Amino acid sequence: MATTLDTRPVRRTRDGRGTSLAGLVVRTPYYVLTGALALLFLFPMVWTAVASVAPQAGTAQTDGWGFANYGTLVDYQAGIGQYLLNSVIVSGLTVVFTVTTALLGGYAFARFEFPGKNLLFLVTLAILMVPYATLLIPLYVLLNDLGLQNSLVGLALVLTMFQLPFATFMMRISFESVPKELEEAAFVDGCGTFTALRRVLLPAVRPGLVTVGLFAFLAAWNDFITPLVLISDSDKVPLPLAVANLRQQVMGVIDYGATEAGVVVLAVPCVFLFLVLQRQYVRGFMSGALKG
Amino acid sequence: MTTSLKRAPTRPPDEAAPAPPRKRTGNRRRLAGWAYAAPTALFVTLFFAVPVLLVGRMSVSDWGLFAGDRGVNFPDNFADAVDLRLFWPAVWFTVKYTVITTAILIALSLGVALLVQESTRWSGFLRTAVLVPSALGLASASLLFYALYSPQSGPFGDVLPGAGQVSFLGTPDAALWSTVGLIVWRFTGFYMLLLLVALQGISADVYEAAELDGCNRVQRFTRITLPLLRPSLAMCTILCVTGSLLAFDQFYILTKGGPDNGTMTIVQLIYNAAFQGGNDLGLAAALSIIVLVALLVLNLGQFRWLRGRDG
Repeated sequence: MATTLDTRPVRRTRDGRGTSLAGLVVRTPYYVLTGALALLFLFPMVWTAVASVAPQAGTAQTDGWGFANYGTLVDYQAGIGQYLLNSVIVSGLTVVFTVTTALLGGYAFARFEFPGKNLLFLVTLAILMVPYATLLIPLYVLLNDLGLQNSLVGLALVLTMFQLPFATFMMRISFESVPKELEEAAFVDGCGTFTALRRVLLPAVRPGLVTVGLFAFLAAWNDFITPLVLISDSDKVPLPLAVANLRQQVMGVIDYGATEAGVVVLAVPCVFLFLVLQRQYVRGFMSGALKG
Repeated sequence: MTTSLKRAPTRPPDEAAPAPPRKRTGNRRRLAGWAYAAPTALFVTLFFAVPVLLVGRMSVSDWGLFAGDRGVNFPDNFADAVDLRLFWPAVWFTVKYTVITTAILIALSLGVALLVQESTRWSGFLRTAVLVPSALGLASASLLFYALYSPQSGPFGDVLPGAGQVSFLGTPDAALWSTVGLIVWRFTGFYMLLLLVALQGISADVYEAAELDGCNRVQRFTRITLPLLRPSLAMCTILCVTGSLLAFDQFYILTKGGPDNGTMTIVQLIYNAAFQGGNDLGLAAALSIIVLVALLVLNLGQFRWLRGRDG
């Protein structure tokens, strides 16, 4: 990279390696512009975090700094613990369903020939083409017929279906990038296809699996319209819906402090996962780019 | 069956001897393949194929939220859908919102991607800063901006005392632009990343050759960078257009379609027809089918345009 950068005169001045005054003058507008941009993007999140503990009229935290707004969340209806638990159950089940289905499905699509294979793969990808709203109306009726109305398991099953196009695609290319010789050696040693998958292929496709699991978790954790349509029992709603409902709590007066605290609780796991697994994130986006 | 028939002639004749056992393993492998694909097939059938067929049936039926199926109601659902007082305003608003969002998002993402493409520590920090909002859910981001835009709790009430109270969500136009602001904040990082991947795929040799030929920076951008980015730009546009046409969370949380139904999107209309007062699943299904067909036609057109210009 460094050598190619040096061949471009425009870039060399931008490199900042030359500490001459002229270099600094050329660089300053760039730093001011990009610094302002970074501030603009970071500001809303920093503001919410600060505002959720700051004193503010009309909230639980009226004077001094403290965590009274989070106390409001704990006391709200079933309590934030229940809503967090709902979200954890739905996200956990969605991750398990998605990872298992996509692991087996990706293996099948990458390594086996069977009648209907291409049709099944195409139909799986076609899920992307159909709007959520179009599917949620019949799913509401269908889940009632299956006895899964108002159930976190039903919600997780639907969320898994929405994840399958990306997850199956991702696992298929993960398996296809593993050399065939690896599992053929296992077959020679007398392994069946499942043992080969478990012992030999699973370690090889683990990065893809982590990406699929990460995206499934984030999608399930953050989804709003699916539980809005499918869950009517207010004790069973996941966290985003609970925080949105909480706004209309006391006679139309909106408790902004509790809303800010709720946003912080919602955002913390996502931002944490993002910062820890940034590389997986980028990987997921790149495979998305390959799709086009 | 077909696979083993196809494979046979490509094999050298001297290897034809172990064919029968291979055929048996071939059958077994086909079965194994089906077994591994079975969970996917089950999910896709039960939660995708059946609902798609069901929504088709519902759209031609008189289907109440609580009453269930009450017989055929064929053209009426569709006629009622188009006759809804808010149908055409919602279509118009959704299209307007889509055009504004897509234009701003793509232009800004490209600009940011160009600014942060060097691999320095400062660029890395900038990328992370722009990308962090995309870790948030759309609903969380909407709730955040709901508090941010509020004159009561938001930081902007105090900043501009001379200008009077700034109303972010008070008029339909203000609400539209405020929502666009939220979406730009939430999604710029995502599209920047897609474009960054494409930018880094452009070989340095191409730029070097252009420089030898005496290209200036503007020419380099318009004659090399832009054409080579075209597939990625087109994909970003398709993603952005599709996402914006189906906008729901942000408007449901920020404006509930108001003020004066001025920010009613088409998906909100479907939701209201089915669950908020309308209680008419048949009507909602008909609206969904209209959206589905419109989206399919649009995507088909976009793909054809993409491929046509490639050729």
